[in-house]
Amino acid sequence: MTVPGSWYLVLSALLFSLGALGFFTRKNILIMFMSLELMLNAVNLTFVTFSRMLGDIGGQTLVFFVLVVAAAEVVVGLGIIVAIFRRRSSATADDLSIFRG
Amino acid sequence: MMLLPLAGFLVNMAFGSRLKRPLAGVIASLFVVASFGLAIVTWLELMSKPASQRVFDFILFDWISSGSLHLNVGAYIDPLSVTMILFVTGVSAVIHIYSIGYMAHDERFSQFFVYLNLFVFAMSVLVLSDNFAFTFLGWEGVGATSYWLIAFWFERPTAAAAGKKAFIVNRMGDFGYLIAMFLLFGYVGSLSYAKVFGSLGSIGHGTLTAIALLFFLGAVGKSAQLPLFVWLVDAMEGPTPVSALIHAATMVTAGVYLMARISPILHLTAGVATFIAFVGVITAFVAAMAATSQTDIKKVLAYSTVSQLGYMFLGIGTGQYVAAIFLMVTHAFYKALLFLGAGSVIHGLHEEQNIKKMGALRKLMPITSVTFIVAWLSIAGFPPFSGFWSKGDVLAGAYQKSVLLWLIGALTAILTAYYMGREVYLVFFGKRRFEGSNHVHESPKVMTIPLLVLAVFSIFGGALNLPISDKFRFLENWLTPVFGSALAPSTISSSLRFALGTADGIFALIGIGLATSLWIRSSSRPAIEPSFLASGWGIDRFYDRFIARSSTRLSEEFTDVIEVKVIDGATMSLAGLVGLVGKYARKVQSGYIRNYALYISVGALLILGYFVTRAGA
Repeated sequence: MTVPGSWYLVLSALLFSLGALGFFTRKNILIMFMSLELMLNAVNLTFVTFSRMLGDIGGQTLVFFVLVVAAAEVVVGLGIIVAIFRRRSSATADDLSIFRG
Repeated sequence: MMLLPLAGFLVNMAFGSRLKRPLAGVIASLFVVASFGLAIVTWLELMSKPASQRVFDFILFDWISSGSLHLNVGAYIDPLSVTMILFVTGVSAVIHIYSIGYMAHDERFSQFFVYLNLFVFAMSVLVLSDNFAFTFLGWEGVGATSYWLIAFWFERPTAAAAGKKAFIVNRMGDFGYLIAMFLLFGYVGSLSYAKVFGSLGSIGHGTLTAIALLFFLGAVGKSAQLPLFVWLVDAMEGPTPVSALIHAATMVTAGVYLMARISPILHLTAGVATFIAFVGVITAFVAAMAATSQTDIKKVLAYSTVSQLGYMFLGIGTGQYVAAIFLMVTHAFYKALLFLGAGSVIHGLHEEQNIKKMGALRKLMPITSVTFIVAWLSIAGFPPFSGFWSKGDVLAGAYQKSVLLWLIGALTAILTAYYMGREVYLVFFGKRRFEGSNHVHESPKVMTIPLLVLAVFSIFGGALNLPISDKFRFLENWLTPVFGSALAPSTISSSLRFALGTADGIFALIGIGLATSLWIRSSSRPAIEPSFLASGWGIDRFYDRFIARSSTRLSEEFTDVIEVKVIDGATMSLAGLVGLVGKYARKVQSGYIRNYALYISVGALLILGYFVTRAGA
């Protein structure tokens, strides 16, 4: 049997909410980062779903771009996180408010 | 032809400082001599054509093309422009060679020739251009090089100030030129000479008068006529070859050339022509009066130049274009000779310019004194020197137009012979009034040979246009097709013409006799050298008091009030406003990622909400 498209959309909505929830409630910057990735990929899933439903290759193409950008972003983000870990052994987001205006 | 001096300029610009002393000057001179050669070739080519076909319009390339405005870089070759280019490049070549000797000890030797070459380039652009805008490029080019050359010895504050003055006074004239150009373009839709002169009939008389007057304003600035002549006298601060080249022979005649160029316009506006004639003759008289009281060897010549230019405008205004051009050419010879002779004297006396401190130089500088005297007799209009013939033509034209013009002109002719005689006697005759005569020496050959060449031309230049019979009127036959109907026909009978000529000779003799009786022995006669005339009728002081000083005060006022309160105030209050916004806006930047995430989500929700609610509508 084929899985209807709406299920995928529901799934991606759930994943996105999960990611958003995680991002807002966790204090560890690494976990927040993972939640961010979860949200990104939830959106990717909707793209692919719609692409299949509408028979338009554009959505899938866009996903590739998002993946590439996300990969680059992960490299930079993880690099920053590692650097922060080196300087102060914890990585609590609320402690890092030195960029306050 | 135009490009050769430019090439010389570029070569000297690039390598000048590395070249040995005379070489930079030699290269520069060679380029100018070569362009003189080309001018001769062009002239011969034109001579071989029948008189009616002696006009060529070479379009080199499109310069500016914008909307209905099309400007070409092109050369307009006709007898008038060829005459101009012949004597411009010829006199320039002689003066270039002379400068090699005169500037030999100067620190910025090659730089001087860079400017000189650039000047010749700009001048040939001015003369050969086929439209008003390209002429204007040359017009401004000679203005700029004139400024650099007047202020060449910028270590001296007076030289720097004189340069600035020349530039600013010229700006007023250029303003007139620009407006006239705009008007022409507005009414004709083109700036090329051929098209403009072809469609003059479609312009109203009032507009045409305005255009002619505005062009005349430009010419007044460039050719140092009343009331804008003050800059030329100060321009004597520059090196003497510059005074000879730019402020006597070539650049200042650009105004006369422009007037001759627009002769079709002047022909249609008789009122403007009469106005020009009167401005010219009054300038000639005023400047000649001022020249009688100067003590600086070059300032006498400067006022004399202004006066002679006045004669040229008299010729233009009375419709005697050929006479004006004739005077311009012969004037270029003898005035360049006078300036170069003065330069030779100054050089020999180690920068002494006061004629009261000279005297008896006749024996020490034989070549200089003989050539100087030749130039004097020529400018005085002593027959058969060139000045006699050219000035005679102008005065005969003036007589034909109005006796009043002729009277003032004749009076000025006497004055001319007189003030030049005074200078000659003070410099070369009488007692020795300087010290250290052992060091005084005749100038080197590189300077005296140009003097001799110019002296020959000053004597025989009159042969260009002899009034004896029509066959000998070479210049007139040559130029008549250019001016056509604009040229006022001669209505003077040959016997009257002869009488006028005799009168001219007598005027010259009166002036010379007056100078001889007054100045051959004495060196100081305060009664006939009032300080009022020595300061140029106080016109400079008038400008200083009423224009320069009040505008300086105005700009000081602006500095204190407008600058501080309006401009600074606006800037500072804008900065204050931004600071104020920043003071509150910075609170948003809490530094907590959580907050930022919240802002983003709220923003996203708002956009989403907008789409959900509005999309249906």
